[in-house]
Amino acid sequence: MNRRRFLQAGAARIGAGALGLSAAAGAAAGMAPLERLLGQQPGQEPLAGQGANGSLRDPDAAGRPLSATTAADNDEAIKQIEQHLHCTCGCNLDIYTCRTTDFSCSYSPELHKEVVALYDSGKTAQQIVDAFVAKYGEKVLMAPPAEGFNLAGYLVPGALI
Amino acid sequence: MTLLGNFALWTALLVALWCAGIAFSGRWRDRPELARAVTRSVYAVLLCLLVASVSLWKGLISHDFNIEYVASYTSRNLPPYYIVSAFWAGQKGSLLFWAVVLSIFASAAQFLTSRRYADLLPYVAGVTSSVVAFFVSVMIFAANPFARLAFTPADGRGLNPQLQNVGMVIHPPMLYLGYISITIPFAFAVAALLSRRLDTGWLHAIRKWTLVSWLFLSIGITLGMWWAYVELGWGGYWAWDPVENASLLPWLTMTAFLHSVMIQEKRGMLKRWNLGLIIGTFLLSVFGTFITRSGVISSVHSFTQSNVGYFFLAFLVAAAVLSFTLLYTRWPLLEAEVQLDSVVSREAAFLFNNLLLVGIAFSVLWGTLFPILSEAVRGTKITVGAPFFNRVNVPLGLLLLALTGVGPLIAWRKASLNNLRRQFVAPGLAGLATLAAFLAAGMRDPYPLIALALAGFVAGTVVQEFWRGVRARVRIHAEAAPVALVRLIGRNRRRYGGYIVHVGILIYFVAFAGMAFKQEREATLKPGQSVDVRSPFGYTYRFTHMGVSQYEALNRVVSAATVEVSRDGKRIGLITSEKRQYVDGLKRPTFEPSTEVGIRSGLREDLYVVFAGSVNGSEEAVYRFNVNPLVWWVWFGGFVLAFGGIVTMWPGGGPTIQARPRRAPVQAGYEVALAGEAR
Repeated sequence: MNRRRFLQAGAARIGAGALGLSAAAGAAAGMAPLERLLGQQPGQEPLAGQGANGSLRDPDAAGRPLSATTAADNDEAIKQIEQHLHCTCGCNLDIYTCRTTDFSCSYSPELHKEVVALYDSGKTAQQIVDAFVAKYGEKVLMAPPAEGFNLAGYLVPGALI
Repeated sequence: MTLLGNFALWTALLVALWCAGIAFSGRWRDRPELARAVTRSVYAVLLCLLVASVSLWKGLISHDFNIEYVASYTSRNLPPYYIVSAFWAGQKGSLLFWAVVLSIFASAAQFLTSRRYADLLPYVAGVTSSVVAFFVSVMIFAANPFARLAFTPADGRGLNPQLQNVGMVIHPPMLYLGYISITIPFAFAVAALLSRRLDTGWLHAIRKWTLVSWLFLSIGITLGMWWAYVELGWGGYWAWDPVENASLLPWLTMTAFLHSVMIQEKRGMLKRWNLGLIIGTFLLSVFGTFITRSGVISSVHSFTQSNVGYFFLAFLVAAAVLSFTLLYTRWPLLEAEVQLDSVVSREAAFLFNNLLLVGIAFSVLWGTLFPILSEAVRGTKITVGAPFFNRVNVPLGLLLLALTGVGPLIAWRKASLNNLRRQFVAPGLAGLATLAAFLAAGMRDPYPLIALALAGFVAGTVVQEFWRGVRARVRIHAEAAPVALVRLIGRNRRRYGGYIVHVGILIYFVAFAGMAFKQEREATLKPGQSVDVRSPFGYTYRFTHMGVSQYEALNRVVSAATVEVSRDGKRIGLITSEKRQYVDGLKRPTFEPSTEVGIRSGLREDLYVVFAGSVNGSEEAVYRFNVNPLVWWVWFGGFVLAFGGIVTMWPGGGPTIQARPRRAPVQAGYEVALAGEAR
């Protein structure tokens, strides 16, 4: 499956214009040629890979523009903190999982930046979590703190058994 | 076709109501022709609902965008198989799917059940028809799949990209089959209560039905995990999402029932408990439907919010009140025949297993509902996520795994020291050896260590059982070992099928333990750059970014990012992950771009590559690389489980059924078999 996809992808990359693969694909599906879809001028070099780094023909089709990964994105300590905090976008995920899964979410990258900023200012994990609770309320925690009424949440199942 | 569809729905509703009315009136007791009429009206309802389904499919396939449902979930450029599966992609269609599948099961129950239960069947028909009537009335009054729009759009909205996946074509039907077929055992239980035939007869009538729904549900849940893994792209397969929990709840109580039913068969105990479990399982399946469809609890799975939730809530409450009242009125008839002899016995082990399963079910339910409870009591919104469920359920799950080994080996009534020694020395040593091996390999995390050690222990018990059984056959019947193994399983399907299921569960646990060691790495790479990830098995994988290409497919523009992978310097292949921008017939983008994960699956570990997006529209790509250990074994465990389940319920049976001890007259009255079960 992957190999087949790659062959298609590779063919499109290497010779989309020359081989007319896009035209073939377009014709097969009764579609406009790829160039027109991608808003290119006639005569323009149809190949991707212009410039030092190569630019995509249709950047919008590749999702939201992202910024390059930083060391903080892979930091285990930050990951641990984020796994205890709930993303506020309305999903059911923690910030870490949301930002590494739902690339259309615009909330989790911002929350991640907040965590990183707090972390860089020398706060401990607990202080960061407390800061989030103060700002967003208790629902920002992935699991309620085991105190007060929430104790019922942890103890009732065990007690019943 | 919508006229025909509506007509079919109304006819189904009226016939189902008539059927339920006659069935519960009890008049058929004196008039056999009424009993026959009840059965036939079950078939008639099925026919009506099939007509309705064909009408909906006709609308979908012919792109009749004047039908609101067709316009909402399909488009002209949607591949044909997804047009077929769009039947159950949305709220309204899935209600119809639910009703028609329930109707098929209801008809099968009428058709396949032995005539021995002739006096239960009309009640069964009454229960199933009431549930069908409920679903049909929800459709007619709140969510009609045949509703038309005031205008005809040129094209439909298309199917959500996440549903455009093979897993999504099979996973919902499987899960629904499991969910829906729970109604049949429930109907038999209610029928037994109504008719006061509370001997073990009804148990035999429903055991296979319970196994069938358990099997479908198991497969459905596993397929759901597979879909989440390959499609959602977070690199895991279980997130304790409320809807995942909703599918797990009836599975847990059904598993508890399948175990405790054995105690009732052998010892005449736990009758009330078993009936309670069946009723609870049915209510949990309705509850699952309720939370999926009402929007009460936020979840990735939720259908769009609608007032359908109130219907389900009302139905849930009504079903709970009626069935528990019924159970209460029959309480004195359900006296246990014997008392527990010893806490060191199989009964006690099974009892404890039931307690754990129901305890896990309760904690999952509790965690799922706790946010609502907290908001009601304290007025604060809270989140109950994976950390809560893991904290509560992982220890319970491990205890359960231990019992998987203990239960089948310990003696009935009261285990002697001799019995314990004979059965548990070898498996116990196997468990300790596993523990020692992993400790020596440098593993220090407590939960995975315990899980693996227990897995070793349980594997020891199963191997010991098979070994002893085969050895005995080889000695007595002078068979070759492989022949003896096949015959051993064939002659004791329930017992050895059950062991095979346990092996499946064991494999799941080992695979879950493996996930504790997954490696994740984010990286931004220009073409030609690479990043190294060390796997828990000690390999170093190097991912080299090859570039991003864009091309057009049937209904989408694909951006494919490819990496070359090498393991310890040796090239092993290419992995491509995609971003897909779906477009409509006029090339306008529909939905947010979705991500297709690139996976290279292996027995040891999966390489899981996610193309997160590009930096400033260039080929510089942001990737996430996961190394997920032992994931393949989750799917394999699913196969083993399903195979064991099929062995267990394969018609035929053997000495275990024939050798069932005769009991007091109340019990001995019904030595029965389902249709097709040779005696």
